[in-house]
Amino acid sequence: MLEGAPRVDVRVMRTISFDGVIVGGGGAGMRAALQLAQSGYKTAVISKVFPTRSHTVSAQGGITCAIASADPQDDWRWHMYDTVKGSDYIGDQDAIEYMCSVGPEAIFELEHMGLPFSRTEEGRIYQRPFGGQSKNFGEGGQAARTCAAADRTGHALLHTLYQNNIKNETVFFNEWFAVDLVKNQDGAVVGVIAICIETGETVYVKSKATVFATGGAGRIYASTTNAHINTGDGMGMALRAGVPAQDMEMWQFHPTGIYGAGTLVTEGCRGEGGYLINKDGERFMERYAPNAKDLAGRDVVARSMVLEILEGRGCGPNGDHVKLKLDHLGEEVLESRLPGICELSRTFAHVDPVKEPIPVVPTCHYMMGGIPTNVHGQALTVDAHGNDAIIPGLYACGEVACVSVHGANRLGGNSLLDLVVFGRASGLFIEKSLREGIELRDASQTDVEAAGARLQTLNDREQGEQVAPLRHELQEIMQNHFGVFRTGEFMREGIAKLADLRERVENVALADRSNAFNTSRIECLELQNLFETAEATAVIAEARDESRGAHAREDFTERDDENWLCHSLYHSEGKKVSKRSVNFTPQTVETFQPKARSY
Amino acid sequence: MLEVSLYRYNPETDEAPYMQDFSVDTGGRDLMVLDVLELIKADHDGSVTYRRSCREGVCGSDGLNMNGKNGLACITPLSESVKSDKLVIRPLPGLPVIRDLVVDMSLFYAQYEKVQPYLQNPTPAPAIERLQSPEERAQLDGLYECILCACCSTSCPSFWWNPDRFVGPAGLLQAYRFLADSRDTATEDRLAKLDDPFSVFRCHGIQNCVNVCPKGLNPTKAIGHIRTMLLNRAT
Repeated sequence: MLEGAPRVDVRVMRTISFDGVIVGGGGAGMRAALQLAQSGYKTAVISKVFPTRSHTVSAQGGITCAIASADPQDDWRWHMYDTVKGSDYIGDQDAIEYMCSVGPEAIFELEHMGLPFSRTEEGRIYQRPFGGQSKNFGEGGQAARTCAAADRTGHALLHTLYQNNIKNETVFFNEWFAVDLVKNQDGAVVGVIAICIETGETVYVKSKATVFATGGAGRIYASTTNAHINTGDGMGMALRAGVPAQDMEMWQFHPTGIYGAGTLVTEGCRGEGGYLINKDGERFMERYAPNAKDLAGRDVVARSMVLEILEGRGCGPNGDHVKLKLDHLGEEVLESRLPGICELSRTFAHVDPVKEPIPVVPTCHYMMGGIPTNVHGQALTVDAHGNDAIIPGLYACGEVACVSVHGANRLGGNSLLDLVVFGRASGLFIEKSLREGIELRDASQTDVEAAGARLQTLNDREQGEQVAPLRHELQEIMQNHFGVFRTGEFMREGIAKLADLRERVENVALADRSNAFNTSRIECLELQNLFETAEATAVIAEARDESRGAHAREDFTERDDENWLCHSLYHSEGKKVSKRSVNFTPQTVETFQPKARSY
Repeated sequence: MLEVSLYRYNPETDEAPYMQDFSVDTGGRDLMVLDVLELIKADHDGSVTYRRSCREGVCGSDGLNMNGKNGLACITPLSESVKSDKLVIRPLPGLPVIRDLVVDMSLFYAQYEKVQPYLQNPTPAPAIERLQSPEERAQLDGLYECILCACCSTSCPSFWWNPDRFVGPAGLLQAYRFLADSRDTATEDRLAKLDDPFSVFRCHGIQNCVNVCPKGLNPTKAIGHIRTMLLNRAT
């Protein structure tokens, strides 16, 4: 053993026990934790950053929900219709029904907790138009359904949830990193191995219910709106534990990332009346989406932008971006409705949106896929007969989960609703299960050792490549081979490159062997999680030979409902892809039948 | 090449902190300070330790002291921070250092929790949201946007002296955020908890907090409002 390299020794490792442990301190995790803490069960949140540093804080434009403020006639069924259509029909209709119908209650709860929403003259919550929104099932024109706290809705939401967790005395393991799942002899999940980043201590956090709320993995791409911390930790842990990943080919490229920097500019800019222009100053979305124009689905807008650039109408000396025009809205509207955007644009684009348009380009933003779950957050796998089977002890909610309410394309403002509604639903279900009694057999010493093996291997390794260049290589492969437009041949090249990269990533070496706040160790563990997420994305994207939602194939340009009106599942063992049925049976409304999707 | 001098301290190997110099190739670009730290960690020394997350100035992870001034590394460009071709990066002052640029923020968070930073209103909530006029909501602007980066409190001499008893600018900004909220009914209780010689009155109006806040907020003004409320309550 090397000097300074800590041993993952189960004989001396502490075990800390909880009724419920939530991995991730973003919106989903803190909403789930709040529900459980309020119920009196012993609850802990493990977060690799102080909770208000989680990526939910970066959400800007708002949270979409039919609370009938902007339009007293608004109806959650219209929101459901928009979401099903936006998903290109592979969103599960039972889950979308649940999210849209329970949504208003969940929003009002947040307001009662203190969330500082912007207000209308009537004193109600301010709602703005967002992409893909309609009234009366697509027949009544543009709706305004996104509840906003200026353009800092995620910040307001995350801080409110943290504050209410303080009030309810949730136990936080802040700056602790979950390494891998602990499974017992029955294959049930009974907690995680976690590292205290400050001291380097490794412990077994034992739990009757383990909730993954680990967020996204946008850092698999070189250009992303995502925070440095979005490294797919939950996906990595799940895939290593044999949990399948669903719809991982579905990555959202947000139309408006700031050119060069990647930072997000909210769709709310276009909701408030901004629009995109090419180098000729033309509002080109009028050609691609004559009705919704700049407020078409994000996949549609992102592809239109790329086409403008490819056809030589991009802006700048390299013609490699377009521009978002806001100056016509006037300084007063911009400073009151979009103050954060003005700040970001001045800092990262060196452009004052009051005077000039902002240079923007489609940028990786959101993982529609994830761990398949039901509406209670229970993680699912498939049995030998291809039927859904619940994985005892494991739950997922928020971006890491695929319940699936977003299908092949998420509507703006639906991610915050997803994480609040399903964080809450997971908490409610676990509370009920705990009351009825959860019996899981204890993990053996061997089980815990197995969960600590990856960390032990990393700690022991003397030779290997450094983390930063490997991460860069991975991000470049994904950026080049699995971007907005995809072709089979090029994706197969990408998959081969990933196969070569796998061993090098598994053999990454620590640049630093100390215990105290060793971020080098965390980055190595994160890189391996990024890799698992990226490979699942690559393999599944190559398999889906059709174009649907965010997955646009140049060699299969049409949607193929006959073969692919289904979820795709990636199984890490053998890197196999299988299909899983989409739910078309909502409980209180009629099924929305697939039809051609136009805006 | 940019000359960067970094504060280093590893509690396992160093008896005392020291400054280490790096020559960083910025390619002539006006990078953010965080980009420079990322370059150092990737290309020079993987053991350099700092916090970072959103890299766009909203998560508050990377509050640092750059050439003598507190700020967020991710939104501080070299053109604003480099003086005489040199960049000196130190941890936020006044808090215990865990390692390199990472400080122990426990005291800072404890002061935040002390002000009960959550809405209190025991009256039963309506079936919809509690109504609030745009004017009432506007009272929260300049308060709710705080990102808890600690740039303000760690630039405050009063907080350096009494970090356990003076709530500090960040905590007091949040205290006022709830005092100012038309939906909150705990005003009297909140003021009673702040009414001692230390919690609020150790603020001497130095305004370092205002000078460094990366979000352009004004804790001194909020503290002034609390002071007035406390004085009105006493008479």
